[in-house]
Amino acid sequence: MNLQIDHPTTSMLLTWMTFLPLFGAVAVLGVVGLKAMGVLTREAADQAARVIALVASFVVLVLAFFLWRAFDPQNPNVQFVHHGNWIPAYNIQYFLGVDGLSITLVMLTALVSFIATIASMPWWPGNTHLDGHHFTQHGVAGYMAMLLILQTGMTGVFCSLDMFLFYVFWEVMLLPMYFLIGIWGGARKEYAAIKFFLYTLAGSVLMLLAIIGLYYNGPQEILDGRLVHTFNILKMAQWGRAGGYGAAPLVMGLSFIRVAWVALFIGFAIKIPMFPFHTWLPDAHVEAPTPISVILAGVLLKMGIYGILRINFAILPEATKWAAGAMAVFGTINIVYAAFVCLAQKDLKRMIAYSSVSHMGFCLLGMSAFTQQGIDGAVLNMWTHGLISPMLFLIVGVIYDRAHHRNIEGFGGLAQQVPEYAGLLGLAFFASLGLPGLCGFISEFTVFLGAFPQWQTLTIISATSVILTAAYYLWAMQRMMLGKLNPKYADMPDVNWRERLTLYPLAALIIVFGFYPKAIIDLIEGSLRNLILPLQ
Amino acid sequence: MGNLPSLRYFWPESILTVAVMAMFVQDLVVRRREHRVQSLTIGALFWLTLTALATYLYPSGTTPLFGGLIVHDPLRVFFAWIFLAAALLTILIVPKSKQVSDARVGEFFGLLFALMLGLYLMASATDLLMVYLAIEMVSLVSYVLTGFRRADRKANEAALKYVIYGGVASGVMLYGISILYGLFGTTRVVGDGGIGAQLADVSSRLFMAHAFGGQPAAQLALVVAVVFVLAGIGYKIASVPFHMWCPDVYEGAPTPFTAFLSVGPKAAGFAVAIRFFFAIFEKNVPGVGWVAVSDVPWPAIIGIISAITMTLGNFTALVQTNLKRLFAYSSIAHAGYLLMGLAAASAAGVQSILVYLMIYVLMNVGAFLVVISVSRATGGEHIADLNGLGTRAPIAALTLSIFLFSLTGIPPFAGFTGKYLIFAALVQKGGMWNVILAVIGVLNSAVSLFYYAKLIKAMYFEESRDDTPMPVPGLYTGILVSLGAMVMVLGIYWAPLLRWASAAFGGTTAT
Repeated sequence: MNLQIDHPTTSMLLTWMTFLPLFGAVAVLGVVGLKAMGVLTREAADQAARVIALVASFVVLVLAFFLWRAFDPQNPNVQFVHHGNWIPAYNIQYFLGVDGLSITLVMLTALVSFIATIASMPWWPGNTHLDGHHFTQHGVAGYMAMLLILQTGMTGVFCSLDMFLFYVFWEVMLLPMYFLIGIWGGARKEYAAIKFFLYTLAGSVLMLLAIIGLYYNGPQEILDGRLVHTFNILKMAQWGRAGGYGAAPLVMGLSFIRVAWVALFIGFAIKIPMFPFHTWLPDAHVEAPTPISVILAGVLLKMGIYGILRINFAILPEATKWAAGAMAVFGTINIVYAAFVCLAQKDLKRMIAYSSVSHMGFCLLGMSAFTQQGIDGAVLNMWTHGLISPMLFLIVGVIYDRAHHRNIEGFGGLAQQVPEYAGLLGLAFFASLGLPGLCGFISEFTVFLGAFPQWQTLTIISATSVILTAAYYLWAMQRMMLGKLNPKYADMPDVNWRERLTLYPLAALIIVFGFYPKAIIDLIEGSLRNLILPLQ
Repeated sequence: MGNLPSLRYFWPESILTVAVMAMFVQDLVVRRREHRVQSLTIGALFWLTLTALATYLYPSGTTPLFGGLIVHDPLRVFFAWIFLAAALLTILIVPKSKQVSDARVGEFFGLLFALMLGLYLMASATDLLMVYLAIEMVSLVSYVLTGFRRADRKANEAALKYVIYGGVASGVMLYGISILYGLFGTTRVVGDGGIGAQLADVSSRLFMAHAFGGQPAAQLALVVAVVFVLAGIGYKIASVPFHMWCPDVYEGAPTPFTAFLSVGPKAAGFAVAIRFFFAIFEKNVPGVGWVAVSDVPWPAIIGIISAITMTLGNFTALVQTNLKRLFAYSSIAHAGYLLMGLAAASAAGVQSILVYLMIYVLMNVGAFLVVISVSRATGGEHIADLNGLGTRAPIAALTLSIFLFSLTGIPPFAGFTGKYLIFAALVQKGGMWNVILAVIGVLNSAVSLFYYAKLIKAMYFEESRDDTPMPVPGLYTGILVSLGAMVMVLGIYWAPLLRWASAAFGGTTAT
């Protein structure tokens, strides 16, 4: 049996979307080479690197638009498949494809990466007081190359349907993130970078063992006359639904599916991040430069939830049912605990980082209910949080670039001085706290709706976070924007054009999906229905 | 096969023997010439090429040579290429390293070829006496090369420590061999009447049990003998508890030789271990794979040593500030990882060791080359000497990052390939202890990130006092770039390497 027959290659689009940024990174390296040879001046090389990054991520965004238009939402199977053999000895395949679960995340990655690239451009022309210390001004070529490699890693994770390939992309993404935080970050950048790296690596090595275990206990097929196992996620899922992994031998006296489930889940939970593995996130966010925070919150956190849905839910449905209660409880803890922590924060960026933890809890709660609304809400929440949290971090970046601190108490009355900024901040805050009419409301509401039949108490507890969230956002807004203008900021300039370019598109999308979430739900619903069918 | 026909399979070793003498003669001839180092390097490369050619032209198949003292088989050829790669890199690195004085380069090359000869023999010995002689040959030359910088007190200390530890370890090993001889009446490990065949033969086992007044005593004697033989092997691969020499020797030896020491003898030690354990305690049953022929729990012994070795290596490396000592502990940790592949006691496990060793040569010598480049420019060998390397020598810094991430085992670099294959072999074998060992292994790789990342942090995150570009010879840059490229390629496409390793041991590919 030839493997290709199952899912023949239908399109190279995903390969282009994944590897175009990598080609961009190679081009940036070429620019560095030209600079070293003396062909380009330092300024020219920096500009060239910026242009390459902008062009590459813009082209990917355009391709993502085509992907969206060409995607058939009626078909719950994988589409845009690119499939080939990679390492025949272990039957490792190059297998890319998207279904309803991953397409929104691929689109989100393209969008957030482009916005982050714009946000990585220098502040404004003629700006002298930053003087080479701003992250947009030093090591530009290296920064842009890392940003592009990061984009390749993220897109690859969401497109891979071969577990080995998935793992490779999952790890590839760590390296640029480590350098981006460690080189271009804030005061405690080294600590934050290594903490992020170690946490994620510790989780992912356990994941690797679970993946190898799934491989050896998984389905077999004939390749070139040999009986081999497979890393194909779809075939493993088929095998898992049929209960194939139940026959695997015990691991240390425990059932294989549960051990594998927990090992995978810890790897993903660190990324979400789920309480008690969340402590790397505030440090990473606070120290990371603004565009990296944008990507971190906008895309990286979604990888955890995506991995759980794609691997734990699809391949190990029995163990998923067994662990549903724990997921719901941890989701609730995330929601409520992080919301309380937010109330206590003095640093605006740290507060927003914790609010991300809180919002990712909704995904956990929603998907653990195994209802259509619950899981739709969870995936929709990834999309809405992927729009709102980048905007929030951009908002923080704007004020940090001007005031050089993020202390909530240190502002006051800014609304009179920078009204446009105040308006955007209000929109982002209200979207995040779930004001109806903005997209955050829809996803939270859907999660509550879906979770309630299954977890009534937990849903009610989680719902209290709506009040807490409103409290910390409104309180922060009151301290920063209202009251008497802090005389220190009497000449603070309002948002500039680069910032407008990043903020307004997100604001527009937040409003559009607040009124028309159907565009996303239509995309995801079919595939998610199939996903939870064996769980109900 | 008798002695004279065996010579047909002995070309590389014969050439190496000639090369040892030729290097010393050439050293005398060119003593007063102007381009002495260049001419010696070209001479060494010539002999190495000739050896490589002879290795390439080895006949295929498996043949016992010299009446069964050594064997010619694909495994030995695989190891020969590992040694050749390591020697080639060392010969290229030495002249510009400023660690070996120009007057003594010829001597260095001559001794290196003697060491190569010992390694070749280690990789093919199938008789315990031959194993012992080969190990001693490698050790004796290593002592000399470690103390090569006679005026350096650290080098003297290192060489002395090396000799003492080496003497103890090889003495213990010899004792183990004598016990085995007492049990079996032979020092052959393979072939008819060899130890492996005797153990596999039930009647002989019964005899052995009878001779010692019952199975448990013979069993105990056998286990003790195994542990003693393991002392000699463990000393070569730097595993616990025979690792103590490693940091001092790595620090005191000329760095190009440290690089060679960290890959060549380690690989040869694994060759001996693979041969010893698989020939004596396992039997290859067609269609089933390797099955144990005795009750000796050798995978468990190896597994325990492996877990302790990697944990100790990694945790001690965390607090090191000297680069060479740090890499010494890292190399101890890697001996632990490699032993995991042996503990799997399967063809897939051995193949993973072979692949990992080949990759380890590339990444470890690469990392040492950056250390050499830094120390020849700054005179320092501490982590702080790497500060600002990202701007001072971007290519060296970039390639060192690749090697370090590869050593950690992060895709898409080659080190991940090796680690993946080792873990896959363990999980495939299954069973509680193998899974626990694999978990210890993966957690150790996470720990190792911490000290490897310290180097990367120094290179990229720290400011240097001195911002001037650091001169790196063009030859070094070329080697670094090609090693880095190979590490990347083998991380993404390793099917041919795995196929080669499968052909070298087991003959079947893993599934």
